[in-house]
Amino acid sequence: MDHATLPNGTVYTETVVFSPPARYKDEAPYQIAIVDLDADRRMTVRIAESNGGGRVQIGDVVRFVQWKDDVAYFQKADAI
Amino acid sequence: MRPVAIVGTGKTAFGAFAQHSLRSLAVEAIEKALHDANVQADQVQAFYLGNFAGPSFTGQNHLAPYVGAAAGFSGIPCTRFEAACASGGTAFYHAWQSIAAGLSDIVAVCGVEKMTSQPTPVVAEILAGAGDMSGEGAAGATFPALFAMIARRHMMQYGTTREQLAAIAVKNHANGKKNPLAHMRKEITMEQALAGKPVAEPLSVYDCSLVSDGAAALVLMPLERARQTGRPYARVLSVAQTSDHVALDEKDDITGFSAVRQAGKQAYEVAGIGPEEIDLAELHDCFTIAELIATEDLGFAKKGAGGRFAEQGCSRMDGKLPINATGGLKSKGHPVGATGVGQICDLTMQLRGEAGENQVERHRTGLAQNLGGSGATCVVTILRQEQ
Repeated sequence: MDHATLPNGTVYTETVVFSPPARYKDEAPYQIAIVDLDADRRMTVRIAESNGGGRVQIGDVVRFVQWKDDVAYFQKADAI
Repeated sequence: MRPVAIVGTGKTAFGAFAQHSLRSLAVEAIEKALHDANVQADQVQAFYLGNFAGPSFTGQNHLAPYVGAAAGFSGIPCTRFEAACASGGTAFYHAWQSIAAGLSDIVAVCGVEKMTSQPTPVVAEILAGAGDMSGEGAAGATFPALFAMIARRHMMQYGTTREQLAAIAVKNHANGKKNPLAHMRKEITMEQALAGKPVAEPLSVYDCSLVSDGAAALVLMPLERARQTGRPYARVLSVAQTSDHVALDEKDDITGFSAVRQAGKQAYEVAGIGPEEIDLAELHDCFTIAELIATEDLGFAKKGAGGRFAEQGCSRMDGKLPINATGGLKSKGHPVGATGVGQICDLTMQLRGEAGENQVERHRTGLAQNLGGSGATCVVTILRQEQ
């Protein structure tokens, strides 16, 4: 897994998971999104809702926050 | 290629059966199918088992001979096929190939899954293994979450509504209520469907198929031999199996599945017919949105019009194309490995006019669509009643 910083992306689709798999059972509900990073790079990421990030919708521009356990976290680009 | 016919079907009830094992369910279905076909176990020349995650759910591996020997098969090829929720369909596809190619004259196919012995979070984890565990799975995507993201995008692009998805759940429950083998034999109202507990937004529990135990089986023969038996059969006009990327984020467009469009196109071409000649269809409604987009991908509704097709009643028992007349995965239940074989059992029974209260009026030609994962495998089968 490439752990470099990722560019901004646009939300292609999203969902909020209420019924999680066993290993994330303490984190639900949480939001995941498929994000278009550039013309030919699309990835599934976790949305970081803390620190004023909030939930995202299709079309929102999101920025990379961090890698955590091989998962990329993004939040709204205009969040503080 | 020799024409092939289905001469025997057998299903267990689908549900939660603490007292039954994976093997006992499979053997029950196989024995029913052999009996229906008037075939003895020692006449079977090859056995094809569809099973998604028996080793994960039950700890048992090496399942094909484990089940086959218990069903009375001895000294023949017994092989397991795994293609997530299309495991049963792929087992059927290869069984069909074996007869069509002239390699066997009598084959048995079984699909089975035993799921309810595990708690829901563990089931979700095992099912997530049908997706890409390193990407979407690591990010926390469950299977409902993947189809929820498909639904969101379809709603955004085509104006599909929650009410249209709910119409599919209401219809399938109304049909399943009449099916004695269905897991959840109860009707639901539009209000209930819209007020369901969220699983992955915008999908609620009423958009999701059921976690079930169950098995289904078929016996196949060359068409010529089936005709000589004098017993009712269904002719296999065509079967097509296709594939695509496993991960949703590797597909260009997620508002439909290219594997489904390709399998449909091939199946229609070989059968020499188009969607307008299909009298009834069993579509893979693992989620309501999956039935909706399959309706579009297989040409029954225009792209983006699948929601209206359901909302207007076109897919009800009395509509122009009854879809999931026996209740679908939504109401019948979805024992993953059994589903593809179960669909073909139900379609065969419809074509033979044996579907009881679920019987549709026009039943000459039927289509079954079995989907694996979020569109990584698809098997489309077209059957015809000739007698």
